[in-house]
Amino acid sequence: MSAFANSPVRSFVLARLASGLVSIFFISILVFLGTALLPGDAANALLGQNATPETVLALREVLGLDRPLVLRYLAWLGNALQGDFGTSLSNGQQVTSLLAPRLVNSLILASSAAVIVVPLAVGIGLVAAMHRGKVADTVIGSVSSLFLSMPSFLIGYLVVFIFAVQLGILPSLSMVRASSSLTAWMIALALPVLTLVLVAQAHIIKLTRAAVLGVMSTDYIMMAQTKGIPRNTIFFRHALPNALSPIVSICMMSVAYMIVDVVVIEAVFNYPGMGKLMVDAVAYRDIPIVQACGVLFSTIFVALNFLADLLAMLINPRQRLPRKGN
Amino acid sequence: MWSKLTLFISIGVLVLMALGAIFAPLLAAYPPNEMVFTAFQPPGEAGLLGSDGLGRDLFSRILFGMRYTFLVTIVATSLAGAIGVTLAMIAALNKGWVDIVIGRAVDILMSVPQIIFALIILAISGVSLYTLIATMAVLQSSTYFRVTRPIAGDLATMEYVEVARLRGEGLSWYLFREILPNMIPSLLAQFGLGLSSAALFISSLSFLGIGIQPPAADLGGLVRENALALAAGRWTPLVPAMCIAAFCLSVNGVVDWLVGRYSDRPEAR
Repeated sequence: MSAFANSPVRSFVLARLASGLVSIFFISILVFLGTALLPGDAANALLGQNATPETVLALREVLGLDRPLVLRYLAWLGNALQGDFGTSLSNGQQVTSLLAPRLVNSLILASSAAVIVVPLAVGIGLVAAMHRGKVADTVIGSVSSLFLSMPSFLIGYLVVFIFAVQLGILPSLSMVRASSSLTAWMIALALPVLTLVLVAQAHIIKLTRAAVLGVMSTDYIMMAQTKGIPRNTIFFRHALPNALSPIVSICMMSVAYMIVDVVVIEAVFNYPGMGKLMVDAVAYRDIPIVQACGVLFSTIFVALNFLADLLAMLINPRQRLPRKGN
Repeated sequence: MWSKLTLFISIGVLVLMALGAIFAPLLAAYPPNEMVFTAFQPPGEAGLLGSDGLGRDLFSRILFGMRYTFLVTIVATSLAGAIGVTLAMIAALNKGWVDIVIGRAVDILMSVPQIIFALIILAISGVSLYTLIATMAVLQSSTYFRVTRPIAGDLATMEYVEVARLRGEGLSWYLFREILPNMIPSLLAQFGLGLSSAALFISSLSFLGIGIQPPAADLGGLVRENALALAAGRWTPLVPAMCIAAFCLSVNGVVDWLVGRYSDRPEAR
């Protein structure tokens, strides 16, 4: 136990965790300042047309808007940590109860796509690396470059155009309710998930290929080649284990970005997720919802990035040693 | 050979798009914001690409839409580059706490997805051309800082920079005459990548309805406006989206050529 207390693993994990928490802390400050800086505060917004100076003052007191900024921030943070982000400005509902089902929907969308895209894209990336410079590699490389240049809504509408408009086999909009049956869910999810897979695959393929080729250009691989070890054995037994750590971290990072891509793709398919909720809230300037979604999106993103580093380190023991210069 | 061909096609596409945007008032057959046809007329019957849901000529709107997309993209990317590079040079020359503070601020900026950051800022500040450009410039400056900070750090310790300092040159001399020119090759590639990511960024924001506001529309806004026609079986709403893709693909083509030229191995992939 005492060996673990001073181990580099522990200090690495703690340092990464601390920097992640600092990021989320600053986001929460920025998000909170949003309310404070807005011209006309929540009291004005809530009263609308009926605002008289007296009622505004009274409501400000009730809402605690007359207290100093720091105290208000701490109160807001305390509530947020307990899952209370206040009430929506547009319909007065609890933000948390609006948010929870949307978050679940977004997570269902992103995780379905992740389960499909990670093995598929890593596999294609490996194929490209194995056939470096050959036709397969060139074709894979050009196709992923093409996808990287397309805005994600173009990919979404191409998918809609082909599968919903031309072939007419799947719906172009995703109408889902929590009560929908499993088949209804799968039909509704098919096109958004396909789009998300197409959006995320190009990065994973390119980076996987680069990671494997990076390992393939090291001295010990050349040593293995000169010893006359068969190509496939070199690739799978010598190169792949060492490329595993960067590949895992690439995949986790791509999954983190999928959480963000969801924002645009939900708009394409009118899918009732958290991204759609946030975008609508920005349009109506419903700040409590924007705050909650912003903090939640950032937290998920930071957490997945932390997990990416953690997994990469666990897979590659060399990363557990303290790096020089750090 | 192959890379030369890609380069020429890329430059051709970029020149064509630039001309289209610059001479939009001359090339557009109809005013972009006026209802000159009935709604949703097919291509050929009304203008080159038909009309949109309000009877406006889609082709004319695309020409004018490119102006918004390119304007925001170029201005935001240039500002982002200026901010990022200046901060990197300041950090590299000062070291110490200035360096640490700027570095940490950039770390925080980069640890949160840009589009989420932009949505939060735009919800607070409200959407206008200026807030859009400012938001994008600040968010994207972090990338330039990351790329140029280590280069500027190396350059700051070079003998010829020391010589300039000892010669008694002012701060702006050795920033802009000694350090900056030597960062140009790596900056050019970064600027190119920045252009295509900025174009994708503003298009996505406008597509979400949080970018350029109607009746004006950039390429992303045009996709949003015409999405309904797509569900009705029309392919024309895809055209503005494909313009964005063509722009990014061409910019990336030029960048690839640049990177290949400046790297040691010309055929490096």
